[in-house]
Amino acid sequence: MVTERAREFDTQDLLINVGPQHPSTHGVFRMVLEIDGELVKDVIPYIGYLHRGAEKLCETMDYRQGIGFMDRTEYLAAFNAELSYVMAVEALAGLEVPERAQWIRMILCELNRISSHFMFMGAFGVDTGVMGTPFIYGWREREGIIDLFEEISGDRMMYAYFRPGGLAWDVTTNFKARVREVLKSITQGIKDFDGLFTENEIFVARTKGVGYISAEDAIDYGMSGPSLRASGVPMDVRQDEPYLKYAEIDFKVITGEHGDVFDRYYCRLQELRESVKIIEQCLAKMPDTGPIMPEKMPRMLRTPPGEVYIRTEAPRGEYGVYLVSNGGNRPYRLKVRSACLSNLQALKQMSVGQYVADAILVLGSIDIVLSEVDR
Amino acid sequence: MNTDLFGLQVNVWADAALRLQLIVVFMTVVVMGLIWAERRILGRFQQRIGPQKTGPFGLLQSLADAVKLVGKEDLRPKNADPWTFELAPFLVFIPIFMGFVIVPFLVGWNIKVLELGLLYFVAISSVNIVGWVMAGWGSDNRYAMIGGLRAAAQSISYELPLVLSLLSVAMVAGTLNLDEIVRQQGSVPYIVWQPMAFAIFFIAALAELNRAPFDIPVGESEVVGGPFVEYSGIRWSMFMLAEYAGLLIMAVVGASVFLGGYAWPLGEELGLGWQVVLVGAKASLIIFAVFWIRASLPRLRIDQLMGYSWKILLPLVLVQILVNGLVLVYGWSEAILGVVGLAGVVALVSITGRAANRPRQIPARAAALKGEAA
Repeated sequence: MVTERAREFDTQDLLINVGPQHPSTHGVFRMVLEIDGELVKDVIPYIGYLHRGAEKLCETMDYRQGIGFMDRTEYLAAFNAELSYVMAVEALAGLEVPERAQWIRMILCELNRISSHFMFMGAFGVDTGVMGTPFIYGWREREGIIDLFEEISGDRMMYAYFRPGGLAWDVTTNFKARVREVLKSITQGIKDFDGLFTENEIFVARTKGVGYISAEDAIDYGMSGPSLRASGVPMDVRQDEPYLKYAEIDFKVITGEHGDVFDRYYCRLQELRESVKIIEQCLAKMPDTGPIMPEKMPRMLRTPPGEVYIRTEAPRGEYGVYLVSNGGNRPYRLKVRSACLSNLQALKQMSVGQYVADAILVLGSIDIVLSEVDR
Repeated sequence: MNTDLFGLQVNVWADAALRLQLIVVFMTVVVMGLIWAERRILGRFQQRIGPQKTGPFGLLQSLADAVKLVGKEDLRPKNADPWTFELAPFLVFIPIFMGFVIVPFLVGWNIKVLELGLLYFVAISSVNIVGWVMAGWGSDNRYAMIGGLRAAAQSISYELPLVLSLLSVAMVAGTLNLDEIVRQQGSVPYIVWQPMAFAIFFIAALAELNRAPFDIPVGESEVVGGPFVEYSGIRWSMFMLAEYAGLLIMAVVGASVFLGGYAWPLGEELGLGWQVVLVGAKASLIIFAVFWIRASLPRLRIDQLMGYSWKILLPLVLVQILVNGLVLVYGWSEAILGVVGLAGVVALVSITGRAANRPRQIPARAAALKGEAA
């Protein structure tokens, strides 16, 4: 029996609204935290602020026009998003991609993975409370990569460079030298982050043991990418179902063992090193000359009726494209399987029972891109 | 009744007014300089330039900001508690300025020499927390309220190590008069005999000032500015001014109590100008360290912050005080203090590192909460 006197001391849980305009929600994400003092008791995420119907819009236009929309679903790793879409169209149309184009695609996708991971490091650093320094470190490395992308594709973020069948045009003649130059600066950047974060006592104290999710739960939520691998599941589409030329490349799938925020960060850091290795191997194996498009490409690309699901390993996880054709020159149905959306489902599981500050870290460690979640 | 000011006989009230005016002008100018310096230094750490367009090297940036802030609309949320909301900036701002009364910039040149100067300083510097809590409560904003309560908890926890670390020096010095403490350091500054007290003073001062890595009450990525979230214009700039004024006074007190103020290493015979330079240089060292830390360290979590104060800093500083007492009672050599202090610093560093690298565990309470939720 609770007496009247005791009831006076009953506390009430506080609801605080984080987002859609909040510095740590990485876009227009909104979550309502139910907190008891500093402890999170419940998390109610609201998504959809950035929904633009990109998939539906793609159904109204030519296959090649859809590429631009795919860029915009995943603006931090647009090459990876393009790749899934373009590969899906190629699979439907039965196009054979020239070898050189495949190598170039691989190099660009891995570089894009690196730039995306650097962006994560920077934003995550700001989430943990460092005043801007990691953000600018990450930005610096990303800038070099983006400059390279601009030289090649003409655009800094929305490349629209991959086309069904190959590439829009050939890369610049000094491509290999430029990539090597960028790799050098990236290698230094990785070291910088290792020093700034991994060896930082406060960072370690803040991230270790926080936001735990077990391997079983992570699989049940359909997580993928570094967020899943941090829980110890060695799932990587590049290794499991090699596409492009990944079968010819020697690389490790990085896994963590604890499934906490620190492991999710550390997996990404080590993945950066693996990506650098992959690119170096690609540069050695890539032929210097050769076609980048099949000999005969129709002016209007039509696909036979059918459906296809193609998945690739984007920086945030499995980026899948489900494409249905009824024989025309445009998709009958397009559905993007977004890694961020699935990863975000585990937010509640990871944040409940943690402190408010940890909930912010957990959200940061999933590394969401809202335009991919909402599309 | 007349007093002596600049060698002139002045009415005592005019004297007080002049001296207080002096603090306000001096403080405001120095604080503007500090804000500029922080932005330039952080810029360096972050491989960018920082303010550069306003005046030479961007020196007038703070002035431009001040003009902009004064020109801004002074908003008050509809449901805010008017008195609490509008009074809070003053309660944060005034105590900090009052602290300057005892600061010894030059020999015999404090605004006022108080026999209990150090006590006055620690007392007055903790009054401003009332303003923080009022700002948090009066804003009618949940972020602000969380921030205000965090500030209160943090201030109470770190007040103790701060006061005890200063007390540790006061015991050895045998006085609470700040001017007297500085004079005693003519040959050896107290940091040599009390290194651990200095380390703890520095850490606790960071927490008292709500600077990184203890900027939990204003945590930008969590509570979006905490108690200040609803303030704008001139009221907001008063919080800003108070923050940097607090930094300055902590640095000067730290330089005076531990680093020898104007007295070490050149003695008291120096000209007034050199004494100011000496105090300024020592305070700048401390301030630079504060900026440096801000550019490189993440924020602690609230439970880690509390644990660090109560479980690590407080016991260590109590041990230091115990050793001080033994040395004073039995008349042992001061060298013992130095050795114990150095051992204390080593202990502090290793305990801190160990606390950070504890093996992972999901807190029991979190597990229980999870069970409850499921």
